Amino acid sequence: MYKILKKSMLSDNIVLMDVHAPRVAHKCLPGQFVIVRPDERGERIPLTICDYDREKETVTIVFQTVGASTKMMAEYKEGDFFADFTGPLGLASELCNEPLEELKKKKIIFMAGGVGTAPVYPQVKWLHEHGIDADVIIGARNGSLIILEDEMKKVAGNVYVTTDDGTKGRKGNVNDCLKYLINEEHKTYNHAVAIGPLIMMKFASLLTKELGIPTVVSLNPIMVDGTGMCGACRVLVDGKVKFACVDGPEFDGHLVDYDNAMKRQQLYKTEEGRALLAAREGDTHHGGCGNCN
Amino acid sequence: MVVNDMMKRVPVKEQEAQVRAKNFEEVCLGYDLEEAKAEASRCLKCKNPQCRTGCPVEINIPEFVRHIEDGDIKGAYDEISKYSALPAICGRVCPQETQCEAKCIRGIKGEAVSIGKLERFTADWARENNIKPQGAAEKNNIKVAVIGSGPSGLTCAGELAKKGYDVTIFEALHEAGGVLVYGIPEFRLPKDTVVKAEVENVKSLGVKIETDVIVGKSITIDELMEEEDFKAVFIGSGAGLPRFMGIPGEQANGVFSANEFLTRNNLMKAFRDDYDTPISRGKKVAVIGGGNVAMDAARTALRLGAETYIVYRRSEAELPARAEEVHHAKEEGIIFKLLTNPKEILVDENGWVKGLTCVEMELGEPDASGRRRPVEKKGSEFTIDADTVIMALGTSPNPLISSTTEGLDINAHQCIVAEEVTGKTSRPGIFAGGDAVTGAATVILAMQAGKQAAAAMDEYLKNI
Repeated sequence: MYKILKKSMLSDNIVLMDVHAPRVAHKCLPGQFVIVRPDERGERIPLTICDYDREKETVTIVFQTVGASTKMMAEYKEGDFFADFTGPLGLASELCNEPLEELKKKKIIFMAGGVGTAPVYPQVKWLHEHGIDADVIIGARNGSLIILEDEMKKVAGNVYVTTDDGTKGRKGNVNDCLKYLINEEHKTYNHAVAIGPLIMMKFASLLTKELGIPTVVSLNPIMVDGTGMCGACRVLVDGKVKFACVDGPEFDGHLVDYDNAMKRQQLYKTEEGRALLAAREGDTHHGGCGNCN
Repeated sequence: MVVNDMMKRVPVKEQEAQVRAKNFEEVCLGYDLEEAKAEASRCLKCKNPQCRTGCPVEINIPEFVRHIEDGDIKGAYDEISKYSALPAICGRVCPQETQCEAKCIRGIKGEAVSIGKLERFTADWARENNIKPQGAAEKNNIKVAVIGSGPSGLTCAGELAKKGYDVTIFEALHEAGGVLVYGIPEFRLPKDTVVKAEVENVKSLGVKIETDVIVGKSITIDELMEEEDFKAVFIGSGAGLPRFMGIPGEQANGVFSANEFLTRNNLMKAFRDDYDTPISRGKKVAVIGGGNVAMDAARTALRLGAETYIVYRRSEAELPARAEEVHHAKEEGIIFKLLTNPKEILVDENGWVKGLTCVEMELGEPDASGRRRPVEKKGSEFTIDADTVIMALGTSPNPLISSTTEGLDINAHQCIVAEEVTGKTSRPGIFAGGDAVTGAATVILAMQAGKQAAAAMDEYLKNI
């Protein structure tokens, strides 16, 4: 059992929790993820690691309530326990494995979309602790969905906030912001990390490819075990099948087949996908999709 | 007294095929005491019992069968427990027909004694009467780690605990049992009654089980040995990586590995309405492959309400699944498309499976495995309508452990290299067995490896 030591709401439907998980807290690195199973009958939910404290033996997770399981998780309070909290899974961010000298030569831009800001944070923090200050664009549909801005400012070089409707920071999406920084503010970058919804990573990668900036993205597809057993998380990268859980979750953003990834994600994750599932299955449809219990 | 022709087995009760095709209750209902005694009386009590030589863990079969005939079921259980910690599991999933029962002298003129069903009866009786296996008299406080709580790990841990060691099993998933829990379905191996109870029996010997620990990720073997003072380690991490065919359309929605499909249903209990796990219930499901896992996946899909096909590229004689499983699958209404090989998965405009293009095969010359090699019949392509395709093509060991343990040799198939009888690896103090070493095989062979490794580990630990 894994105790929730702290809980706070970052927006109406984005939750942050510090969970006591000694083994994970001792080993995890930026870029990795955990699998949480709220109770004995719950799903195994993969969540990226937002922060960790090796002394307090805690791991910070941030999640948006989208389906039945994350809604149930959001109802847990400080002092409650999750049945399972396992990891760290996946490979650490490739930044953590590069020689520091090489890394220091890089001008890095992070593009964080919505709740994707959470997995960006530990990477920026890790770089900061190693003497590198990266720039970060935090984008969201509107101002209420901008998260971790203050925390990010403490560890980043420059933080640029941008919203689709202009209710906070600049107006426009992360791509608009990057273009402006480069064209109007004459910034230069030679490494990009884009984490957010698939559609955002797809277009961010198209832009950075045009700009000639190597780009890493982090994928969060459907998974069951998270250790390479089920193959549910398979994605096409450079035409080859990769398992996001063990080969990723980070991949070369310019080589990922986003359209295939989006189709696969529809399966259980999106409202449309669940509705489609219900329609296809007809009489044999059985709850669990979050809509029809 | 059950009247019986001594040449024939006492028949075992089963759920009717049409009934069980719609539920997840166990197919075979097992013997009652009278039936078991009658079946036991068929044993010839050979002076030189061949059945024992057919058992990978060398259970003294005539002895436990004699106890059953005498009505001393506790005596039978104690006898089996000397050799096996998982009799209720083995009695259900061992391929007895090619092991102990294949050697039974009764089998020459008539039907072999139903040793598997007698083992099952004994273990079930012991569980229902709350009889536990005997633990070690004295603990030696030497710490030993076992990685994986499947059949090889549970057996190795149980054996070491009986020798007095302080054993901890590390399990990556949230529940102990490995393939017994995530792979083999409820209707062949009930989880709550049978698997949990035998895992509890192993725990009652003093074995600790820590779940949610992924060795290679949460901690490495070297850290276990250096920082947590484990003096020896047994790797029984199984063969968990699924294979795909590499044919067009495989990335479509509705294509699953058998591992995913079975894990969702068995471990995550998607078939039960009181669990949250989603599963895609197809209406027409094609399962590719002919092994036990393919049968399990097909029979699960059928129970979830689908019309289900087995698509296998060789003929019936080559089906690697147990004859009993094939027989049960046919009875339940699984449609076998033999000598058939998929070429392409057809995908609709939403990215979902809509069918399977296959080609007919014929058998040519024998290949390296000694089986006749299937060859395509030119121009014989045809389409099977399907909305779900399940790949049951075999599995290979997970590299998570081998890639994080320096100096641990693996072969070209990612299998850990270990000595056959001792399980010794290229690293002193590290032993391995089961599917992690052999690639996907059977529960009992994994148990044999776990048992033999435990003996070798005991030997090793006495001499360091």
